[in-house]
Amino acid sequence: MDNLVEIENVSFGYGERQVLKGINLTARRGQVIAIMGNSGCGKTTLLRLIGGQIKPSHGTIKVAGLEVTTLKQHELYQLRRKMGMLFQFGALFTDMSVFENVAFQLREHTQLPEDVIHDLVLMKLHAVGLRGAADLMPSELSGGMARRVALARAIALEPMLVMYDEPFAGLDPISLGVTGNLIRKLTDTLGLTSIVVTHDVQESLKIVDYVYFVSEGVIEAEGTPAQIHASDLPFVHQFVHGEPDGPVPFHYPARTYEADLRLGA
Amino acid sequence: MSALINSIAGIGRRTLEGISRMGYATRFFVSALLHSGTAFRRFGLTIREIYFSGVLSLIIILVSGLFVGMVLGLQGYETLETYGSEEVLGVLVALSLVRELGPVVAALLFASRAGSAITAEIGLMKATEQLAAMEMMAVDPIARVVAPRFWAGVISMPLLAALFSATGIFGGYLVGVVLIGVDEGSFWSQMQSKVDFQDDILNGVIKSVVFGIAVTAIALFEGYDAPPTAEGVSGATTRTVVTSSLAILALDFVLTAFMFRGIS
Amino acid sequence: MNRALLDLWVGIFVVAGIGALMFLALKVGSMNTVDAKDSYQVTALFENVGGLKARAPIKSAGVVVGRVASISFDDKTYEALVTLNLDKRYGFPVDTTASILTSGLLGEQYIGLEAGGEEVKLKQGDRLKLTQSAVVLENLIGQFLYSKAQEAPTDEGTSNAAP
Repeated sequence: MDNLVEIENVSFGYGERQVLKGINLTARRGQVIAIMGNSGCGKTTLLRLIGGQIKPSHGTIKVAGLEVTTLKQHELYQLRRKMGMLFQFGALFTDMSVFENVAFQLREHTQLPEDVIHDLVLMKLHAVGLRGAADLMPSELSGGMARRVALARAIALEPMLVMYDEPFAGLDPISLGVTGNLIRKLTDTLGLTSIVVTHDVQESLKIVDYVYFVSEGVIEAEGTPAQIHASDLPFVHQFVHGEPDGPVPFHYPARTYEADLRLGA
Repeated sequence: MSALINSIAGIGRRTLEGISRMGYATRFFVSALLHSGTAFRRFGLTIREIYFSGVLSLIIILVSGLFVGMVLGLQGYETLETYGSEEVLGVLVALSLVRELGPVVAALLFASRAGSAITAEIGLMKATEQLAAMEMMAVDPIARVVAPRFWAGVISMPLLAALFSATGIFGGYLVGVVLIGVDEGSFWSQMQSKVDFQDDILNGVIKSVVFGIAVTAIALFEGYDAPPTAEGVSGATTRTVVTSSLAILALDFVLTAFMFRGIS
Repeated sequence: MNRALLDLWVGIFVVAGIGALMFLALKVGSMNTVDAKDSYQVTALFENVGGLKARAPIKSAGVVVGRVASISFDDKTYEALVTLNLDKRYGFPVDTTASILTSGLLGEQYIGLEAGGEEVKLKQGDRLKLTQSAVVLENLIGQFLYSKAQEAPTDEGTSNAAP
């Protein structure tokens, strides 16, 4: 087993705000890895870096042995054909039917005849259990269904890497279980590598092989789900058990309560 | 004192931001032109957008054209009657429409009907990460989304302006000839002898092409540059209508000065 | 919305738009401007062209037979050099007179051609010898006042006539 994604010492900032500070991360082929952390800790930024949509200020990012940061535009586009990405709310094209959404990449990047495209699209939709929804428009889908269509679209070209941006956000428990299972099942049957960015600990710990905890732009902890469960690091403990106060404080940094209320002045 | 310095610094910062936004807009426009291959290779994409910006603007263009022409007929008759030259009513209506009102009013309507729709659509595609998704699927959104809309606007605008002028002249004819009773023969013959194909009609068409380029480019840029939030998109839609209306009127002045100078 | 219906609508739109353009070109405007290939050019020198402009009509017996191609100044004769585009269908004798006329009292100016008696016809590049300049209203009024003043030299007319 070799590494499909290798991130070494990557830093990134929007303007003055440093989002990532020296991240190291690897994803082995065939694995599902999760990147967890509280909201706004730069998890999505990490995915955009892997996809080459933004460039790091520091460090190297390798996907399938190619250095993403130095690729030319067309080489990057070539690489992206082998990557799929599931956006937070699906990001389905609202002016196309479910069928056309899944067929999008096939039409853009291949010269396949119409009947082959038809069969391929229905196969992908069948894999996510939505073959019957092929003619619906995205506006007619529930959140969970939209997520699954987006998943079918992401795997349309049989990529080697699929990235999921908050696949569990805003889903009901059933859809949550369905989506989690799909990620695991598709990874195993299609031989993909999956990177899941999420803050849903319980669901993701059930399906992933390896977890990275990101906080304040650095990796706080990493390990297999078993190691994470057993971990006694205060941050991991707080995160896994959802405690309101701990290393991540409940209060936004402020002056002392007394000073703000002008007591003792 | 520091408030004054702050406000001066603010003006400077806004000016700089404005200039760099202008630069970004130019870069965006050039890149849309350079990536126009797809819009013509797969002309179906452009046809689809012609439907959305051209065909869907037809009703408002035709109805407004008719009314503007009727008003011109009425007002023109009132004025010309004073000088006893009602027979040039056709000339007045036709020249006003093909030179000025056709291209300008059609472009203003196009900006508020199609331009705002384009901005809202692209802004929403950005806000819902559809553009980012497209990029991640190795499809350039400039080539796939922006360029077909641009060319659709450039193709639709002169056709809409011509339809506006034609219905306007028909409206003038309705009021002048059918309602008031100006002589039909002199209405048309005076018009034909005084309206020149090259100087008046062709220049009007050139104007409408320029307006089409300006409106669609502004609408596309505002959408593409909109902050990816609900307020961002609605603000960008408003800006599209305001900016493109001003651009139309300013460009109209410049073009008129170039075209009709020294032509009686 | 399916593909075929969409194509149909866009087709209707484009046909209607082109139809409107044709209507403007043929019914509203005059496409019958004399093209360079269907015309021959002759030149004429005028002492004064007045308000004549390029593209002004050239008429003979009230019928438009051509258009003014260009007007320039000739610095040898100090006269205005006018190039006329005449329709190939119409021939004129070499001793044709060209005069600058005004339609109505204050209307636009045009060139009127009056055929002479010669057998030889004008051809490309010829020059019209007989020309009559534009009537300049100011000169006309000046002449009129001058003649009035001469008619009644004993009156106080001169002071009356020049307010």
